[in-house]
Amino acid sequence: MRPVAFDYIRPDSVEEAWQALADDDDATVLGGGQSLIPVLRFRLAAPTTLVDLGAIEALKQIREDGEDLVIGAMATHHAVAHDPLVRAHASVLAQAAASVADPQIRYRGTVGGALAHADPAGDIAPAALALDATVEITGPDGTRTVPARDFFEDYFTTDLQPGELLSALRVPKHTGWGMHYEKFSPAAQSWAIVAVAAAVRTEDGTVAEARLGMANMGAVPLRAPAAEQALAGRPTHGPATGEAAARAGEDTDPPSDLGGTPEYRRHLAGVLAGRAVQTACGAAGAVEG
Amino acid sequence: MSTTTAPTEAADGEIGRARLRKEDRRLLTGRTRWTDSLTLPGMVHLSLLRSPVAHARLTNIDTGAAKQAPGVVGVWTGADLPEQGQMPTAWTVSEDMLTPPFFPVSVGAVKHVGDIIAVVAATSKEEADDAVELIDVDYEDLPVVTDPVAALADGAPLVHPELGTNVCATWGLDSGALGTGGSAAEAIRAAEADPDQVVIRRTLRQNRITPAYIEPRSIVVDPTAEQVTLWSATQVPHIVRLLMAMTQPVAEHELRVIAPDVGGGFGGKLQFTREEALVLLIAQRLQLPCKYTESRSESMQSSHHARDQVQELTLAARRDGTITALEVKLTADMGAYLGILTAGIPLLGGFMFNGIYKIPAYNFHCTDVFTNKTMTDAYRGAGKPEATFGIERMLDELAVELDLDPVEVRRRNWIKREEFPYATVAGLTYDSADYDQATDRALELFGYDELRAEQQRRQSSGDPVRLGIGVCTFVELSGLAPSRVLGGLNYGSGGWEHASIRMLPTGKVEVVAGTTPHGQGHATAFAQIVSDELGVPFEDITLITGDTGMSHKGMDTYGSRSLVVGGMAIVGAARKVVEKAKPIAAHILEADVADIDYHRGKFSVRGTQSSVTISEIALGTWLAHDLPDGLEPNLDSDNTFDPENFSFASGPHLAAVEVDTQPGQVTLRDYVCVQDVGVLVNPLIVNGQVHGGLAQGIGQALYEDIHYTEDGQLTTGTFADYLVPAAPDVPRFRTDTTVTESTTNTLGVKAVGETGTTAAPPAIVNAVLDALRPLGVRDITMPCTPVNVWTAIQQAAQQGQE
Ligand SMILES: Cc1cc2nc3c(=O)[nH]c(=O)nc-3n(C[C@H](O)[C@H](O)[C@H](O)COP(=O)(O)OP(=O)(O)OC[C@H]3O[C@@H](n4cnc5c(N)ncnc54)[C@H](O)[C@@H]3O)c2cc1C
Repeated sequence: MRPVAFDYIRPDSVEEAWQALADDDDATVLGGGQSLIPVLRFRLAAPTTLVDLGAIEALKQIREDGEDLVIGAMATHHAVAHDPLVRAHASVLAQAAASVADPQIRYRGTVGGALAHADPAGDIAPAALALDATVEITGPDGTRTVPARDFFEDYFTTDLQPGELLSALRVPKHTGWGMHYEKFSPAAQSWAIVAVAAAVRTEDGTVAEARLGMANMGAVPLRAPAAEQALAGRPTHGPATGEAAARAGEDTDPPSDLGGTPEYRRHLAGVLAGRAVQTACGAAGAVEG
Repeated sequence: MSTTTAPTEAADGEIGRARLRKEDRRLLTGRTRWTDSLTLPGMVHLSLLRSPVAHARLTNIDTGAAKQAPGVVGVWTGADLPEQGQMPTAWTVSEDMLTPPFFPVSVGAVKHVGDIIAVVAATSKEEADDAVELIDVDYEDLPVVTDPVAALADGAPLVHPELGTNVCATWGLDSGALGTGGSAAEAIRAAEADPDQVVIRRTLRQNRITPAYIEPRSIVVDPTAEQVTLWSATQVPHIVRLLMAMTQPVAEHELRVIAPDVGGGFGGKLQFTREEALVLLIAQRLQLPCKYTESRSESMQSSHHARDQVQELTLAARRDGTITALEVKLTADMGAYLGILTAGIPLLGGFMFNGIYKIPAYNFHCTDVFTNKTMTDAYRGAGKPEATFGIERMLDELAVELDLDPVEVRRRNWIKREEFPYATVAGLTYDSADYDQATDRALELFGYDELRAEQQRRQSSGDPVRLGIGVCTFVELSGLAPSRVLGGLNYGSGGWEHASIRMLPTGKVEVVAGTTPHGQGHATAFAQIVSDELGVPFEDITLITGDTGMSHKGMDTYGSRSLVVGGMAIVGAARKVVEKAKPIAAHILEADVADIDYHRGKFSVRGTQSSVTISEIALGTWLAHDLPDGLEPNLDSDNTFDPENFSFASGPHLAAVEVDTQPGQVTLRDYVCVQDVGVLVNPLIVNGQVHGGLAQGIGQALYEDIHYTEDGQLTTGTFADYLVPAAPDVPRFRTDTTVTESTTNTLGVKAVGETGTTAAPPAIVNAVLDALRPLGVRDITMPCTPVNVWTAIQQAAQQGQE
């Protein structure tokens, strides 16, 4: 199908983008278009103006800022997957970005667009949750930051307000942590049935701290508090971490669709969390020496 | 992607050479002509309003606002088109078959999601799409039935209340009655009373799938010339022309149908569609060129689906593994309407359930059922993949029951080389094969014994990742079809094929074929055949197809017929050219016709050095300055070939899968097939056909599933939900061929196009079950998606505990 007719604006700066959004109540931001264009083509939305952020260079940067990495909203999945800083300090995010769809989509789709779209099956959010990242939001009234775990409100719904832009994802450097992304998809290039991102800090052969971010286990991307608590203090070798991580599906209400029943997804979350944590512990152990 | 030990260079001639495809330079560099690329002066664009509900009466349709919308030229509902004719079905499988009303635009009611309610014509496609949204329809919901078995129950909602039943037709075949074997019912009764026999009963389900060709269907109609021209992304331009003329207000001689480049079909474009009919109707009304191109969503909703049947199978065998009887009871889902072959597709399977085995008693019974879903029809294999799945799954069940190796149980039943030609219990005569040779080769390539040993090791060590080995030894009926056989089945056409050869004055050749390629490589393979017949270089031969104005006679492309039947038509035409050239050669060489020898383009006088080439004769014939008295100055020849029998490709397919039992994930680790497709005209094309077919067969086995909710909503309407395997999802195939020449055509060819979709699903499902049987799993739902695998393991574990 074809979208309803719309106006198209491609501003050079964030300020101009704000203005364009202010000028039309029914304007929508266009990132990489990999989710929005299908939405328009199915006529599930009919914005009157598209404000394309593609010409705003400042939004594409990936840089260090003290103890954080700042990933511009318009950085593509491809750029994130290959960025040396991300790979060094937040490798699970690089791994998650590399697992999105296929190369064509990774060259266009952006981190900001993926977070703003808030598909609970998306790959970027679980990594952002496991890394305790923060979302930076800017609008004419200034810039505010929201922890990733508070950003997602419901299916395809976030804390972004009309007229605001998601400008960056701020990720604390996790130097020395072990990390791993386990994506389970029915075909090589498809969306996850369930995915788990794990970030683990180890001390003396035990888990000191573990964070898990999960895709497609509910209306929003989730952490797994029961499993995270159970993991703390467990020896990194042997079955103990797997047993603890198996609790990842507890207290979740995952969706039911052709990819899986809720029961299956809860089981899968446990299996994937176990695998993710074990690989992450191995990586952390290698760093610890 | 593949290793093959197939011969790539024949001793002499073109047949057998692994030529790169002539058509690929153009196709791969985008120098193509798709229907949707056509733009004609004054052309109007059509969009369709399709039903969002599965079953409803249309109590009111308000098109007022749509008619006023910008750019709109007209809006029509079914009631506004009294001239529209009933859409035809070409296969009335039984005298009492029920055919529901089915028009280009529905009248009064809709029967499935995607059913057509109204047509909008506008000056742009965008305006037409916008106006469709302004049509206001009042739906009075009617009860919905989507499951074919439920549709047979007393009191089930009726898809077509006026028919009084959801049963479309029943059809049966009994070897006792046919005289090709005993009575299956009696044999099964005897087996049940015999301690030396086993009787196995299983109910298997064939998932609903869709051909998923890459080029959406597209139609352009130009009514502004002496003949109305219809371009369509179709496999069957000749059939479309005929059926259009027989059912809609246009006469055959006033209509020309062209299939330009067509981007895949797989049976999905073996159809005369309502969209083709309605574009013609609107073009006639407006007297303007009109175009309609479906979106992918429309394609998923409304282009015909396939398979979707429930198979109740009973197999009786002696304890040594020899089969004594087979009984097949099918419930086949037609969907809501009958397309050109819908009702007959399951019957084609009726002839193949016996597979490659010597079965002394066979009974087949099929019930065709209407449901509130998109109609089913042909898809790569058409009835035969269903049958192969049924029998090959049962052979594995028999092996398990008797604790025999699955290859061994097959070997004990299959037809031996020396028994060909072999008259089967289903009434066909198989031409040739050597199943032992092909299977031995496949087992060796596969490393069967080593894999069995590894499987054992992993099972004893409690490896959560299980290894499974699956076997399928398929046979494939190909070369549709001897016309007399089709007549016996009450099929609405003959099965012949037509070809012409035009000898051009420069010695070049135009081959005009009645078959219509859409990816197969006809231009290459046919040039190879003609090159050998006429001795004209491969490069000097071109192919003209797919246009009823240029190729006036043909039965088109489906049913693995283009080479087996169409190739033979071309050979016949080439031989007629040679016969016509002979007296001219004799005249030029001043010899008696009886003394002229012919070989590969050269006519010579027996026992002398004097000769003349066919190119020289072509020029001489065109000049016509000096021809024998009374001879027509024309070498061009037509030929219509009607086969006397089918040919039968066959071969073992072996799959090795790893099943990670924790998430329930199946990974295809290795796939080997050794096929006997008769003489290989072009081994490269053969391999390409095998690979493509395997990918689609893997799709049915592991990924693809058209799914409807109970209220008839399609939940797999996009490629995000309907998963087809992509390149990373298929393993490196290892293929080989053995050759026993077909005895039913002089080329010695069998067919290859439908083998992969036929053999891969049972090979893979058998492998998955082989991996999971030690866990107590006895059956699994196809496709073997992770959730289906996991559910099967869970159920087995629960049953084990009870
Ligand atoms: C076939 C296919 C397969 C896919 N598979 C996967 C997959 O496996 N995993 C996965 O994670 N994703 C997948 N995606 C989605 C992909 O990751 C998208 O890139 C992503 O969801 C959206 O990013 P985008 O930049 O394309 O955003 P767009 O499509 O441009 O926008 C999406 C939404 O976000 C809003 N938006 C975009 N940028 C901003 C911003 N800076 N500030 C405020 N709002 C903004 C838009 O207004 C829109 O509502 C797939 C997409 C396709 C088409």
